[in-house]
Amino acid sequence: MAAQDVTAYSSSAAPPRAGTLTMMQRQRRWGIVFLSPWVFGFLVFTLFPMLASLYFSFTNFKIGEPIEFIGLTNWARLFTEQNTSQALFVTFRFALISTPIAIGLPLLMASLLNSKMLVAKPLLRVLFYMPYMVPAVSSIFIWQSFLNGQTGWLNRLLRLIGIADPPNWLFDPTTLTWGLVLLGLWGVGNAMLTMLASMQGVPTELYEAADVDGANTFTKWYRITLPLISPVILYNLVLAVIGLMNYFLPAYVLSNTTRSNPETNFFNLNLYRTAFQFNEMGFASAQAWFIFLIALLLTVVIFGTSNRWVYYSGGDR
Amino acid sequence: MAATSATSPVSPAVNTSPFYGMQLRKFTTRALVTLFACMMLGVYLLPFANMAMVALSTPEQLSQAANESVIPSRPITFTYEGEAYDVYIVPLEDGTTARYALIDPGRRNSDMIDINNPDAGVFEWEGNWRTLTPVREVSFAWENFGIAYEAIDFPRLFGNTLFIAVAGMIGTLLSCIAVAYAFARFPIPGKNILFIILIGTIILPTQVTLIPTYAFFAAIGWTNSWLPLIVPHFFANAYNVFLLRQYFMTLPRELDEAAMIDGAGPFKILLRVIIPQSWPAIIAVAVFHFVWAWNDYFGPLIYLIGKPELHPVSVGVQVFNFQYGPRPELVQATSMMALILPLIIFFLAQRVFMRGVVITGVEK
Repeated sequence: MAAQDVTAYSSSAAPPRAGTLTMMQRQRRWGIVFLSPWVFGFLVFTLFPMLASLYFSFTNFKIGEPIEFIGLTNWARLFTEQNTSQALFVTFRFALISTPIAIGLPLLMASLLNSKMLVAKPLLRVLFYMPYMVPAVSSIFIWQSFLNGQTGWLNRLLRLIGIADPPNWLFDPTTLTWGLVLLGLWGVGNAMLTMLASMQGVPTELYEAADVDGANTFTKWYRITLPLISPVILYNLVLAVIGLMNYFLPAYVLSNTTRSNPETNFFNLNLYRTAFQFNEMGFASAQAWFIFLIALLLTVVIFGTSNRWVYYSGGDR
Repeated sequence: MAATSATSPVSPAVNTSPFYGMQLRKFTTRALVTLFACMMLGVYLLPFANMAMVALSTPEQLSQAANESVIPSRPITFTYEGEAYDVYIVPLEDGTTARYALIDPGRRNSDMIDINNPDAGVFEWEGNWRTLTPVREVSFAWENFGIAYEAIDFPRLFGNTLFIAVAGMIGTLLSCIAVAYAFARFPIPGKNILFIILIGTIILPTQVTLIPTYAFFAAIGWTNSWLPLIVPHFFANAYNVFLLRQYFMTLPRELDEAAMIDGAGPFKILLRVIIPQSWPAIIAVAVFHFVWAWNDYFGPLIYLIGKPELHPVSVGVQVFNFQYGPRPELVQATSMMALILPLIIFFLAQRVFMRGVVITGVEK
């Protein structure tokens, strides 16, 4: 991440002249000009809205009505309303089930695609990645059909292998969560690709040394591959956890096509309804900051434990 | 090793050398690993086949599909003297089967005609025709796509999405190239801290900025227009800046310096030196944005709620499928129509695209 420092362009062998300093200043000025779109965008579309939503969380802000400061009322509501704890429960339960899959499945795919024993790797890599390209809305409807209790191909397959009464996945509250987990399987493409690229970067000398020691394939994978790609696993773990805290679209689409269901009462869906159906923008802002703080806390915890299991080759990188 | 066994004069059938055994084992392992990968891929992509088969079925086929073949089919008919008759598979005495059209069904015996030999005329067949299996042929209801295309007004949704995606793409490219250039090449005070802030915004959840941003766009009257979906992209985003900056950093500075000595200013260096060397990264960013915009659902959902005529494909398909839930074949046909273009673009640009994913994901 080491960026070029302020000595850029002054590294030429020419001795310092009177013009060099003004030249540096000119370069600095140009740099700021080129940087300005992001600085402006960051202030207007990130920093200011973040602070504003923190402020709104202490008000009863509704669009089209005057703003009134109401102190901690919204935050107190968060901790007393049963709806919040229920939504948190649904979100956390889903995250707990989904995270191991969101890391394990792409790890399996990447290990397979990295195997020396695999034929037609480039083609298989593209095909394994392809579902990630399917627009989310399409993917939801495709899986809805695939998971259909009667005509869906998954249940046909299950009946074929002797399971007489397979579940009605998305339409049965007791199996809905698992249906959503299955629906999420198409979302692992990026994780797979980054893990694969990281595996390809593992120095071959390490495997050769292990071969000399007589290590088998699994030992090599567990002792060499896994530690060396752990930084990428960390990165994907953080993205997965934050993504799961933001889980919205499948829950929204399903609660529109099926009946509203406490099992799909994800935190973000709840937030969307608070803001855009009930116009309670102040309360929704408190909800947004609340889930943001939770996501931040989880990220900090993950990073905090990372020095126990993430291996960085080359010291401080 | 391979050379040794290849030049071995002994024929493989009696080859007992350890090299031969190793090669055989290697071949078997290869076959098994590849077979496992293909089976896994098959299961992983099975929903696509499910989608295609449902999209190509008629409602009647779907309603009776639970106990039938997954491939849509219809009974074959045979036209005899201007009338269409159903065709059945009839077992013959010698153990083979024949295909007869049922002309006049009866309980004990029926009038049949051999469809391969209609000149032999109608004859009487003994047995209960209800025990016979009708002959079916594969029949795809291609018309579903036409119906869905009309029903969701696909050209309008497509045009809307294209406009939103391309306008945002232009904004993303202009702003991200400029900002990445600033990070890669210019001495800016506090650059490292700014860069860390930029990367930090990648993991910032969108909802924490959502409500004030929405309120802001509502206050300036931009809701129910495409502006909130396009204008923010003119102010750079972290992923794409990171990708471009990583790429620019790998370009040799000597070329910039040579151009500078020739009197080129920063703009000219960007246009004449940096951009011409960076097409893979620029194409990757363009494709990223296009696919992202095609996929974006939440933005259009909240900003275009009162203007269905401005909806992009994502929201249009969802609204349609909400209304047409009982017509699964149309739901699948529209889902299929919505995914075709992103998949085509991905296949065309897969090399630069996947390279871009790797740069943003691995090199931090």
